[in-house]
Amino acid sequence: MNKIKHYFRGGIVKRKVKFKISFYFIFFYFLLIQIVFAETPEIKPWLNLDKLNNLLGVIILTLCITWFIYHAKRGKELYVRRIAGLSAVDEAVGRATEMGKPVLYITGLADIDDIQTLTSLSILGYIAQKTAEYETSLLVPCCRSIVMSTAQEVVKESHLKAARPDTYRRDNIYYLSDDQFGFVAGVDGIMLREKPAANFYFGKFYAESLILAETGHSTGAIQIAGTAESTQLPFFVAACDYTLLGEELYAASAYLSKNPLEVGSLKGQDVGKFIFLLAIILGCILVTFKYDWIINLFKT
Amino acid sequence: MKRQLPLYITFITGLAMLIQFYMPKIEFVGDIFQKWFAIIVVFAYILGAGSLILVNGQKILKASPGWGYNLVLIIGLFGMFFIGIFFGISKGPFNFLFNYVFTPLSATMFSLLAFFIASAAFRAFKAKTPEATLLLLTAFIVMIGRVPIGEVIWNHIPFLSQWSLNDLIERWIMGAFNTAGQRAILLGASIGLISVSLKILLGIERGYLGGE
Repeated sequence: MNKIKHYFRGGIVKRKVKFKISFYFIFFYFLLIQIVFAETPEIKPWLNLDKLNNLLGVIILTLCITWFIYHAKRGKELYVRRIAGLSAVDEAVGRATEMGKPVLYITGLADIDDIQTLTSLSILGYIAQKTAEYETSLLVPCCRSIVMSTAQEVVKESHLKAARPDTYRRDNIYYLSDDQFGFVAGVDGIMLREKPAANFYFGKFYAESLILAETGHSTGAIQIAGTAESTQLPFFVAACDYTLLGEELYAASAYLSKNPLEVGSLKGQDVGKFIFLLAIILGCILVTFKYDWIINLFKT
Repeated sequence: MKRQLPLYITFITGLAMLIQFYMPKIEFVGDIFQKWFAIIVVFAYILGAGSLILVNGQKILKASPGWGYNLVLIIGLFGMFFIGIFFGISKGPFNFLFNYVFTPLSATMFSLLAFFIASAAFRAFKAKTPEATLLLLTAFIVMIGRVPIGEVIWNHIPFLSQWSLNDLIERWIMGAFNTAGQRAILLGASIGLISVSLKILLGIERGYLGGE
């Protein structure tokens, strides 16, 4: 009887894998069909020469990042400066555990096609693992249904990594509304009813950033935020305990995972920044002395 | 296979989108992917509605604390859905509810921002340290300069009135210090964005797939 049960279980798994593989084949099949039969009514050039300087910049940056990833792969130790906001993540989750209250995580307003949302999901993975280890409840209200679906998978995987699949609650990661202020109203309600001890805001935010952060502050929660939206950063800085500024959000995944390949890419990023800094200084000097040709190099 | 295939798809689509940005000849590939994404998003709404019904329905059935709010949400969801189906969305009850219930509620939430800005500013502008004092003074000048009475007061301050208040705010505080700071953050964030995109493309960053 057990053998039959085992056989059937194996069969279901095989069928699932087969289904996924056939899904991917269909994906590539339709892609091929669309490319072959796509209409190209007007003749366009192969290379857009107006974007050549942009392409050159991307190539330089890619080479810098690839170079440091290569060195990190060979085992070279790379130093990363301390980011206070990320170091406080463990402290915030620990505080929620001690108080017996949940942790609230917001992935921002953007959909899954935004890099800030993808970065936010990576950070969610780390925080979900911590909450699973500490057996603390994690609430993830989402503004986009695809993000919700992805977040459910990320949190589930984190619970598996923490060897606590039994503590995973799918219902704690749910969809609220696509509407900006409808979502804010929903999250504010959760904050006031559930009183989470730690609030995390990582991702893309617009005008709702301050409404969320101020409501969170009024409930006495420890708050950590991170966004690359320069217009929303002052709001987070004013209302949150720690804020990741711009690039720090993108560095978060490498910082938390300590994966040498990811840390290598951070170093490459820094070198890229240094090159751009030199270009800015050189540009300032040349333009001061009326040599304007450098401006045209950066025009697109 | 289960892990590798999503990575291959990410690599191929990511690379195609990158190449089509620089090569107008194959821009149509990018358009195809954009259309696919729009189609997927439409189906994702079903996922969202399913989640709403499941989570809120459970709370209503269990009569959890605050279940009345969940009931209002479910009534709103189904109410708008059926009104839209039977009466259309451009006029009639759907349009009425949208204009006279949804829009004022959204505006109410947005208007809260004014009060939250005041409370956040009150905390941020406490002159506890030299930096905070500098921030307070700068904020005071900018705020006073944005209202007509500020110009009147400024013109009566001896010595300082020889310079234009508008020039001080627009050209120096906003144009130089503020723009320089904003651009520095923007530049760092843009380079970070390229770096993360590259990591996703090469399969180094897999957090969005649930880790390793």
